[in-house]
Amino acid sequence: MTTTVGRGLTPVREQLPNGAVLIAKESRTTPAVTIHAAFEAGIVFDPPAHGGVAHLVSRMLDRGTDTRSAAQIADDLDSRGVSLSVSVNRHVISLVCNCLAEDFDAILALVADVARNATFPEQELATRRAEVITMIRQDEDNPANMAMEGLLRQLYPDHPYGTRPRGSVESVERIPRAALQAFHRERFAPSTLSLVMVGDVEPGRAIASAAGAFGDWTAPAPAPTALPPVTRPLRRQRLVLPMMNKAQADVAYGFVTILRSDPTYYACNLMNNILGQYSLGGRLGDSIRERQGMAYYCFSALDANIVPGPLTIRAGVNPANVDRAVSSIDAEIDRMAAEGPTDKELTESRQYLIGSMPRTLETNAGIANFLQTAEFFDLGLDYDLRLPGYLQAVTRNAVHDTARQLDSSKAAVAIAGPYDPAAR
Amino acid sequence: MVHEQVLDNGLKVLIQEVHTAPLASVWCWYKVGSKDEGPGITGVSHWVEHMNFKGTANIPRDQVKGIIEQFGGSWNGYTWIDQTTYLETATKDALERMLFIESERMASCLYHPDDCESERTVIISELQGGENDPDQLLDQELTATAFKAHPYRHPTIGWLGDLQTMTREDLFGYYRKYYVPNNATLVIVGDVDAPATLKRVDHHFGTIEARPFTRRPHMPEPEQLGERRVTIARPGTTAYLKLGYHAPGIEDPDFFPVLVLDAVLTGAKGMNLWSSFRTPPPQRSARLYRALVDTGLASSVVGAVLPTEDPFLYTISLTATEGTALAALEEATLEELERARTGGITPQELAKAANQLRARLVFENDSVTNIAHQLGYFETVASWTIYPTLLARIQGVTVEQVNAAAGRYLKAANRTVGWFDPVPDLSEA
Repeated sequence: MTTTVGRGLTPVREQLPNGAVLIAKESRTTPAVTIHAAFEAGIVFDPPAHGGVAHLVSRMLDRGTDTRSAAQIADDLDSRGVSLSVSVNRHVISLVCNCLAEDFDAILALVADVARNATFPEQELATRRAEVITMIRQDEDNPANMAMEGLLRQLYPDHPYGTRPRGSVESVERIPRAALQAFHRERFAPSTLSLVMVGDVEPGRAIASAAGAFGDWTAPAPAPTALPPVTRPLRRQRLVLPMMNKAQADVAYGFVTILRSDPTYYACNLMNNILGQYSLGGRLGDSIRERQGMAYYCFSALDANIVPGPLTIRAGVNPANVDRAVSSIDAEIDRMAAEGPTDKELTESRQYLIGSMPRTLETNAGIANFLQTAEFFDLGLDYDLRLPGYLQAVTRNAVHDTARQLDSSKAAVAIAGPYDPAAR
Repeated sequence: MVHEQVLDNGLKVLIQEVHTAPLASVWCWYKVGSKDEGPGITGVSHWVEHMNFKGTANIPRDQVKGIIEQFGGSWNGYTWIDQTTYLETATKDALERMLFIESERMASCLYHPDDCESERTVIISELQGGENDPDQLLDQELTATAFKAHPYRHPTIGWLGDLQTMTREDLFGYYRKYYVPNNATLVIVGDVDAPATLKRVDHHFGTIEARPFTRRPHMPEPEQLGERRVTIARPGTTAYLKLGYHAPGIEDPDFFPVLVLDAVLTGAKGMNLWSSFRTPPPQRSARLYRALVDTGLASSVVGAVLPTEDPFLYTISLTATEGTALAALEEATLEELERARTGGITPQELAKAANQLRARLVFENDSVTNIAHQLGYFETVASWTIYPTLLARIQGVTVEQVNAAAGRYLKAANRTVGWFDPVPDLSEA
């Protein structure tokens, strides 16, 4: 069935008989096309015995298919100036690239081949595994990364949201080729695909080309996977990860919050913007950077998802200021919970989120991201038209109600860097 | 088409109408960067950039926040070796506000002493955050070693000692010296009407007086006569190798041949400092990728050559895979570079590199912000008129020019080699 929406982005959506979702939007700003293919094959689907499989699959996907070697794929992409980015997050593996309009059909066919027919050649596996191990070692040397991993471990014990996205060195060393192949077989299917194409290509032609590339794919849908329940921490937690060779400490602070589908999502989104995003980091930035001069960055992020997602706060501070920074974050959380936002703050954040939409939707990649998000959360093809109304409908009391769910006495805190609590 | 005008006070104005989206991007570029800094005030250009977001005579401190966000706009700025720049991108109805902001920033920043002092620790935090990254630390050391005379040698963020001792008078004096219309270029790209916009520019900027100033002279970097080396041995988990070759400036005929050479060696990045390095280059078939990453010696290889006013560095950065000795990685890298230096590139490689760069030029011109950046960037380091000719210049490069450039620039005497060699952290034993 093909759906077209009038006004706004006006994307065209078609779901093929095999379940693949294709979305196309024409934009003649530049003679280029963004291809964004997402498969529900994220880290949450890592087999318990092999942490890091989804990530390693993402590193191996474009290293050989039934008909193309890694070298041939490289030549096909490089000769057209295309860089295919394959990345993984909690829920999806995404294949994203820009190509010139003249190369659209060829690159789309290549993306389809890579997604459908990846073979995970043994000789490539050794090299990619070593790369991933090096990346993990780099992560372990990065206080910002270590603090964030520590925070999520505290917020999501015994849940995939709390596992290390790339796995550990030990787990990655053990991943057999068969595990990658099994993961690919299970998770890469037309029913897990949503393909967005934005740029200098007529939507009907883009969809026809994509139907040609994916329409005959008959891989079975994966069995439903139930994720473990998420429980909100009931008490304050603190984790310190000493990294005494570093110059700066990183603080990660956070809570488990809501589902994306929660009716309070837009109020929570506005609360987060006021708390730690607006301008130079919202209230948090005002306090910790502007007034106290403690940090170059301090901001918050809300990742409401199909699982109750985290609200995370991050700051990079001199180790002598860690305790004061954490106290300042506590104070801002408590103040927001007690008083809520001011009317002025709500008006400003709302105006900003609505007003920034033309900027967000200027480029092909920006539009493609927006459409993928809307598809993943089932927000509708006209979400760009309805979003301002959702934000306009949020009241100050509603924002305050979401802030009341944040309790600093139940926050999780992780500190990584040259910080020695015993010395304080 | 770019509308160019110079106001009576010397401010150069570049306006390009782009009507694909109801947006406008305004950038104000100052021809001052870290190369204009002397001993004792390294980092002042960057600190001044920070201070120029802290209120003006007509924008009270408490009204800075949100001044462009109310139009859904974003703002930012950056400082590098040749330039300091400030931008806003917002819906086109914010144009008047954006011009007002930049005119105020040019002439009326406050430099309240408390703000200067508070920003000192913010900048030191930024510096220390950078030092948390071994690759960034190595880059700083490599550059300081490769240059012995030219002020490109010190990091844009400055040396810690200078950041700890600079005064409000140092900052304000530097601001008053260099933030003059006769040292600036204002760029506006978007859904605007050029003649009407020019009138508004004149309204906001026309009364700002030009002031003569004398640019601090600096020593051109003498020719490097032999390989230089620097090793950082500190606790860490991963080894990094970095090579820096003295490279041509943007107006040198060798610049585009070196750009093409880099595309052959590490994949084409494009030429937009604001956006090019956010997406990885197409490099899986590039020479250094095949020789070093596919063979398992390195987990990544990144090449960088950017348009600069004076000759800067062509840098090649590699991350060693676990268990790979830096000596072995260096030997393999230099062997591959020597192959390029003595044997040159093939016509097929030239064609592929040119095609990659053509595609990157399309990709990196996808927004009013990116287009405005490029106009201002090139005007500040040379001339904006280079920007529309980039594709022609790339397509005009020949195999012979690339091979000659490889021979000139990839020689041992022209390189500085940097190692980050991780050692056990005994403090945690």
